[in-house]
Amino acid sequence: MKSQPIHFIRRGDLVKLDDVPATRTLLQVLREDLKCVGTKEGCNEGDCGACTVVLGELRDGKVRYESVNSCIRFAHTINGKALWTVEDIAPAVLNGPSVTQGASTMPVSTLLHPAQQAMVDCFGSQCGFCTPGFVMSLFASYQNRVCQGETVTRDSAQHDLSGNLCRCTGYRPILDAAEHMGQLPPVQVDEKRLLQKLKQVAPISMDSKADSSYKLPQNLPELLEARARWPQAKIVAGGTDVGLWVNKLFMDFEQVIDVTQVAELRRIEPYPQHIAIGAAASLNDAFAALVQDRPQLKHFTDRFAGLPVRNSGTLGGNVVNGSPIGDSMPLLIALRSSVVLMRQSKGRTLHRELKIEDFYLGYRKTALAPDEVLAWIKVPRPQRSRSPSPSPLHGEFLRAYKISKRFEDDISAVCLVVNLDLENGRVKAASMGVGGVAATPVRAAKTEAVLTGQPWSPASVAKAQATLRSEFSPISDMRASSGYRREVLGNLLQRFWLESQGADDINLESGLLEVQP
Amino acid sequence: MSSASPSSASAFAGGSTSAAGRSIPHESAAAQVAGSAVYIDDMAEISGTLFAAPILSKIAHGTLRGVDASAALALPGVRGVVLAKDVPGHPHLATFVGDEPIFAVDSVQHIGQVVGLVVAETFMQARKAAHMVQLQVDALPAVLTVKEALKAKSFVLPPVFVQRGDAAAALQRAPHTLTGTLEVGGQEHFYLEGQVDYAVPHEQNQWQIFSSTQHPGEVQHWVAHALGLDNHAVKVECRRMGGGFGGKETQAGHLAVWAAVAAHKFKCPVKMRLDRDDDFMVTGKRHPFEYEYTAGFDDTGRLCGLQLMMAVNCGFSADLSGPVADRAVFHADNAYFLEDVEIASYRCKLNTQSHTAFRGFGGPQGMIVIEAIMGDIARHLQLEPLAVRRRNLYEIETRHTTHYQMKVEDNILLPLINQLEQTSGYQKEREAVAEWNRSHAIIKKGIALTPVKFGISFTATLFNQAGALVHVYTDGSVQVNHGGTEMGQGLHTKVCQVVADELGVPYARVLISASDTSKIPNASATAASAGTDLNGRAAQFAARNVRNNLAAFVSGLDNCGAGAVRFENGFVTTPTSTRSFDAVVGMAYANRIQLWSDGFYRTPKIHYDKTTLTGRPFYYFAYGAACTQVAIDTLTGESRVTKIDILHDVGRSINPAIDIGQIEGGFIQGMGWLTTEQLVWNDKGLLTTHAPSTYKIPTAGDVPRHFKVDLWPEPNPEDNVFGSKAVGEPPFMLALSVYEALRDAIAWARRDGHAVRLAAPATAEHVLAALNQ
Repeated sequence: MKSQPIHFIRRGDLVKLDDVPATRTLLQVLREDLKCVGTKEGCNEGDCGACTVVLGELRDGKVRYESVNSCIRFAHTINGKALWTVEDIAPAVLNGPSVTQGASTMPVSTLLHPAQQAMVDCFGSQCGFCTPGFVMSLFASYQNRVCQGETVTRDSAQHDLSGNLCRCTGYRPILDAAEHMGQLPPVQVDEKRLLQKLKQVAPISMDSKADSSYKLPQNLPELLEARARWPQAKIVAGGTDVGLWVNKLFMDFEQVIDVTQVAELRRIEPYPQHIAIGAAASLNDAFAALVQDRPQLKHFTDRFAGLPVRNSGTLGGNVVNGSPIGDSMPLLIALRSSVVLMRQSKGRTLHRELKIEDFYLGYRKTALAPDEVLAWIKVPRPQRSRSPSPSPLHGEFLRAYKISKRFEDDISAVCLVVNLDLENGRVKAASMGVGGVAATPVRAAKTEAVLTGQPWSPASVAKAQATLRSEFSPISDMRASSGYRREVLGNLLQRFWLESQGADDINLESGLLEVQP
Repeated sequence: MSSASPSSASAFAGGSTSAAGRSIPHESAAAQVAGSAVYIDDMAEISGTLFAAPILSKIAHGTLRGVDASAALALPGVRGVVLAKDVPGHPHLATFVGDEPIFAVDSVQHIGQVVGLVVAETFMQARKAAHMVQLQVDALPAVLTVKEALKAKSFVLPPVFVQRGDAAAALQRAPHTLTGTLEVGGQEHFYLEGQVDYAVPHEQNQWQIFSSTQHPGEVQHWVAHALGLDNHAVKVECRRMGGGFGGKETQAGHLAVWAAVAAHKFKCPVKMRLDRDDDFMVTGKRHPFEYEYTAGFDDTGRLCGLQLMMAVNCGFSADLSGPVADRAVFHADNAYFLEDVEIASYRCKLNTQSHTAFRGFGGPQGMIVIEAIMGDIARHLQLEPLAVRRRNLYEIETRHTTHYQMKVEDNILLPLINQLEQTSGYQKEREAVAEWNRSHAIIKKGIALTPVKFGISFTATLFNQAGALVHVYTDGSVQVNHGGTEMGQGLHTKVCQVVADELGVPYARVLISASDTSKIPNASATAASAGTDLNGRAAQFAARNVRNNLAAFVSGLDNCGAGAVRFENGFVTTPTSTRSFDAVVGMAYANRIQLWSDGFYRTPKIHYDKTTLTGRPFYYFAYGAACTQVAIDTLTGESRVTKIDILHDVGRSINPAIDIGQIEGGFIQGMGWLTTEQLVWNDKGLLTTHAPSTYKIPTAGDVPRHFKVDLWPEPNPEDNVFGSKAVGEPPFMLALSVYEALRDAIAWARRDGHAVRLAAPATAEHVLAALNQ
């Protein structure tokens, strides 16, 4: 099966690639086809960041810069975007050779971008193999922060570098480089020129030729039409899991429908009662919307994978993938979310809505029919407390807990999200989502039942802890033993109780433990 | 002394006219940040190059009956398979013990053992096809735990016993005794660049191997052995590695041999690199250890007797397990005088990957148990832990000889610990920790200050030799080569600094090129922290020979003694003239003076008896100490490191910023070993943590804001290059302070004064288990 050409912007100019197979990764195209070997393969599964590149796209009339893992990203996904690799950001090439003059006469220091120079100045590279990935995460940080007048802080640097592993330095010099790059002479992307080019290269509609292997529908009707016409095609969103199936399990898909450019499904729409999150909205955008309503989720959502995966991955992809250890489902279950599935039949668009927990039928098995797509995730918004003064014993009390071996960029051994609706010291309603304890993400229905209608008291909590510990039969695996998972579930409910009583220094994430240098 | 910040690093750059002693950036830094530094897989392939991927055993132990590659061979691009019968030379790798087949012959001995290769036109084709090869294996009982191996006396090498005095009698007399067990996990190297080799056949059965290796000489030897050739027919080159950490000491040789055998069969260049998951499954890791001990001590906490059993999980073959286990025995004292002591070391054979060198090389596993004992003695006697550690330190006039009969002559432990106690505010911080713990039920804090004393030299005395070549070209530019390899540690940068100073030329005039067996023969592995000590000296001697030639020539011109000729800042000065170095070189060339030289160095003073493990295995010791604070969550067992203060001894630093980089990087890697990095083998012997998704090395978010490193201000009292000390491995063991701080926090939560039994790594699950005991 043939594929349509890929058009993108690199070094200020339009690049066209022909005949790239649907599942060929961006890293393979860079290293093997284009012989641009500056970008490295460290793990081939999006966990180490050595392959990080930056994509630029047109969003609301502006350029949006995002670091992504090129190893698990299909090359076709950059169609219509701008691409920067570690070889593309030096001032001599950043905006294309036709723009930058006299590079050879520049002093050495200006031959590097500040993201690169800062790494040299701060001794941020030792073996140098992770370095191109770090440089690109720093470049994204430079565009998103430094160029917006923001100072890079230690915290924002840790956030921006959360998807990059280094085995040599212990990170301190790299974090220093992140803070240092803004103090170097600035280097600017020529955004005016880039915007113009991006507009030229933006796809207008899907290539609907039957034999084209990579479908990039641009709007919902195109997506539904593609789904109906090519039911055997693999639907892919951010590809942060599908990329692994290709790289590690040697799966191949002859035809792919990529939903990430479907304009409607990238939207996040707030309504009075709920937020509708399009299935193609990135994890970052989706989480930002959820955190806006519920700021206590910030730590939890920041711990979901690393930044490049949150940039690429979508909430819809995480939901459809349905991994029992995916972190967004316990949260969505606890928030009583639902999914809207759509399909086209005889020219009519049909949709149905399911409670999210009913979407899961078994291990990685969902209720999605072969001709259906996930379109929206509807998340109820917090209802304002009816109590005149906000009190922890009144209204929604929500906490999300994640237990993993490593704090950042890890997969949960156990994930527990508890959402209580309290009224006058009683549990009016309880909603609890759990990950890592069953073949699917699940609702802790028994524990909810034990709590519902009861006074919110130590006695009720003790009863609920016992129920929660026995409600599931988690497996033992490399992340944790069954016994630990059960024990910790109950202990987390204890924490939830203490936090509902106002304790704010009982969590390692509370920031109270940070010692200044 | 210097602090770890870019401003203080650059402070070293000014003022001095010499290169050594300054924080000069890594010689490849500018290329690395631009993506133009070339690693093996980045090299443009020669036309006709094929790619090999390994066929792995899926059974931990069994009889290999056959290999069915028909499905693989049917795939597009697949050229064929390579099996044991295709090895033209010796079927076993040329390891020290010779117990490892190149490809499994008639049995498989671990899941992930390489049975053969699939060779194809692309990397992906080869990998995909290799996974489709079916192996006929009759399963046999597998040994999957150290306890099973001990019971079955399944060993790769015979046990070793070391003793001094009469430990049993001392324990009888001791006012207090503690008996315990400890399990310490292994560690995956997780070099960011996986194992990779490129084998290129040349004319007349001569070979060139591009290898990401810490030991090009061994790759040369192994490839020649496998191909049935003399060593001189194989040339091995390594410009740089994307990380090594010991994982590319012997393990790179395997890939080189596999690629070369495939290239031999298909008569074309073959590149082989391991996908990350395969790298985990195939290659060895840090040795997991299990211990049983009884320690006797008096009321002041001073140890008077110790019986210690170490059982080492070596995996299925010996590899470097003998010297690793030896070094663990040598470091069972860490910084403490062990009066009556008896150590038994068992080198267990298991059906897992064959464990190998990893930064510290058994030292960390030797030291963790004595640090654990120190902590438990303090808890048992309700003494302050640092006081107990001080009470047991090696002393100067007495109590200065190790259990392997080496006198500790350069002991700076007490002043170093005292200084860190002050600069870290240890006592005040300890009170603050206590105060916090009294008023907080859920989050408990812990603090520990632990020392490091680490012996420097290869324990195999013969490896402590090195060679170098210094070429001065007619324009005055300098090229240096030596037997060491660059894996990010900054060895090449330091060697260039030393050579620049020896010739009195600016640092920028000295260039280093790839490590190459045809330039420096018989070089030892870049390992044992000794890279700069050995190769820096050899290069210094080579440069000195050239300088002497030039000095003799110039003294003839100016009628002065050769000793009166000075080489500084690119100039050559005599009492009567000043000439540029370049001009002198030009004149010397015209007068047929030799402008290049070799240099050779062997470490003095060292010797030891391999059977009794006694003597002076180490030229000197490197010292350090770290004070670390942690917090644990008693509901979940999760932990965070919140404050790190380090004082470390690198002698007179050749490059402070690079040395600080080694200290910080070593510490964080050690922290990973002891906290998040858990290797899990299931009950079939399958390693289930085989990628970064399941095996978690530290991230930037794990590094506390307060991470302060100071350098001890004294030079190495032994005659060593620039007065420096080795720095690669010793800082790794500073992270034992993390483990001890975690045990301190657990003890605060338990408040029962008992020993804290905490398996390493201290995952949340292990911490919670320790809390629940």
